[in-house]
Amino acid sequence: MENPLLSLENVTKTFGGLKAVNNMSFDVANGSVIGIIGPNGAGKTTVFNLITGNYIPDSGDIRFQGQSLVKLKPHEIVEKGIARTFQSIRLFSDLPVIENVLAGRHCRMQSGLFSSLFRMPKQQKEEKIALDRAMEELEFVGLTQMWKERAGSLSYGNQRLLEMARALASDPKLIILDEPAGSMNQPETAVLIELIHAIQKRGITVMLIEHDMGLVMKVCEKLVVIEYGTKIAEGLPEDVRNNPRVIEAYLGRDD
Amino acid sequence: MITKKNAYLFIFGVFILFMGILPIVLNNYWIAVFVSVGLGTLLSLSLNIILGQAGIFHMGHAAFYAIGAYTTAILNTRYGIPIFYLIPISGIISAIFAYFVARPIIHLRGDYLLMVTIGIVEIVRIALVNDIGGLTGGANGLFGISRPELFGIKIKKDMQFYYLIWFFVIATIILFHWLNNSRFGRALSCIKQDDIAAEGCGINVAHYKTAAFMLGAFWAGMAGTLFAAKMTIISPGSFTFWDSVLLFAAVILGGGSQAGVILGAFLVFGLPEIFRGFAEARMLIFGLALMIMMVIRPQGILPPRPKKYSLSPLWQEKVQKLLAKDA
Repeated sequence: MENPLLSLENVTKTFGGLKAVNNMSFDVANGSVIGIIGPNGAGKTTVFNLITGNYIPDSGDIRFQGQSLVKLKPHEIVEKGIARTFQSIRLFSDLPVIENVLAGRHCRMQSGLFSSLFRMPKQQKEEKIALDRAMEELEFVGLTQMWKERAGSLSYGNQRLLEMARALASDPKLIILDEPAGSMNQPETAVLIELIHAIQKRGITVMLIEHDMGLVMKVCEKLVVIEYGTKIAEGLPEDVRNNPRVIEAYLGRDD
Repeated sequence: MITKKNAYLFIFGVFILFMGILPIVLNNYWIAVFVSVGLGTLLSLSLNIILGQAGIFHMGHAAFYAIGAYTTAILNTRYGIPIFYLIPISGIISAIFAYFVARPIIHLRGDYLLMVTIGIVEIVRIALVNDIGGLTGGANGLFGISRPELFGIKIKKDMQFYYLIWFFVIATIILFHWLNNSRFGRALSCIKQDDIAAEGCGINVAHYKTAAFMLGAFWAGMAGTLFAAKMTIISPGSFTFWDSVLLFAAVILGGGSQAGVILGAFLVFGLPEIFRGFAEARMLIFGLALMIMMVIRPQGILPPRPKKYSLSPLWQEKVQKLLAKDA
């Protein structure tokens, strides 16, 4: 089998006495769409925060393209090619839409203090190219005409799309979406499903947490089910759906 | 055609012209006042990088000013290095100092960082009073700093300092405007908004916060050189916590945009002079004015405007089409 893009190897994270993530292992194949599902408080977002460097695992290893991500800072992990969105939208809400996307482009730009302070031709050229690229990402998520608006003034659905555009602007190999359909209505979710397929077509691997099972079943090729920080099932969506352990976690047991 | 951009350029041009002809109508006393307002403006603009743009609560800016002024005084009186060479040198020394004090505290948030920066300015002042290493001359300070010389002209009159310092201010406004509209400036505004999101989308937050500190300190160090050369005598009394608070007030009052900060500096450093007739009560009036301001306009007089981006014709066309379709 081809080497996985990302692999978690026996990752454990505790907060005080609580094992938020317990001995977790799974692989993410290059080019796939993988869903992490589980009841509220199961530790899904903690897994994301471990991958993106916001938390450091107590033990175990997280490897991306063969390199360990443990102890790298979040911005270094973005540079390696993992971009994310946040469950509770974290845009720069007072800044214009375009500037949010340009912020995502930041790590692929070079200009430093001196070339900015003296407005060097090279810096001006780089700004132009970055602006075009940022507009392309806005077009990709369908927010082109809102480029000038204040990010905070967009609808929640559009704010989620903008977060995705910001993440995509950093040329990621893996994009991590934390509840992308949260606070979206039905038509918006339909657009999102198309968008996730389009991201996959660009050759970007997608990893998502989502409670909307309709969306999960439509886009994910593989599911990992978590309960109390432990992986209870992994596999194709149809198989996972019929797994008695998963049904029990979601619906409880009939004694 | 009068576009918005032209309008701002026009205002800036009028401002330069106004500052250029101002000394002609002023008497010597007021020229001296405007020299210190100029230094205050320069310092406020440099603090604005740290406080206004990166959103770091830094209330110890007088420490960097002091390092610049003392570097100049020591190197000039001991080794006779000319003042103009000392402008960048003092800036660099001040920036290096900023690196070492900022690096360990850069991860602190808001008011915690504020407390540490107050500590820094006090430690620097006390170190200067205690004549550290026998270099700073203790509470009496250092004297005999030479005047700057430019093309064989010795700058010593207030009028000459007025033009020298305001030239620096104008150059600073232009450079910082460019900086603000760049990758660097954008990174700072993202950090100010939400530093976790900034880190999460690939911005090295610790690096940029440190860089903001160093840049602000570099500029304050250069202002320190100008101050030392203007006064020829410097003592720790010129770099107190109170001076840091005034700079802090100028930036907060101004609101974070450059125009606002300049206005803030005029109010903070110029207004008390107007009320000099009230003697001891003038600070009371000043304090009251600050309080009223904070109640009726807490975001400052002129908060930063969104940065300008001009799209390529191709994208302009696309946006126009989409907007037409929506309407």
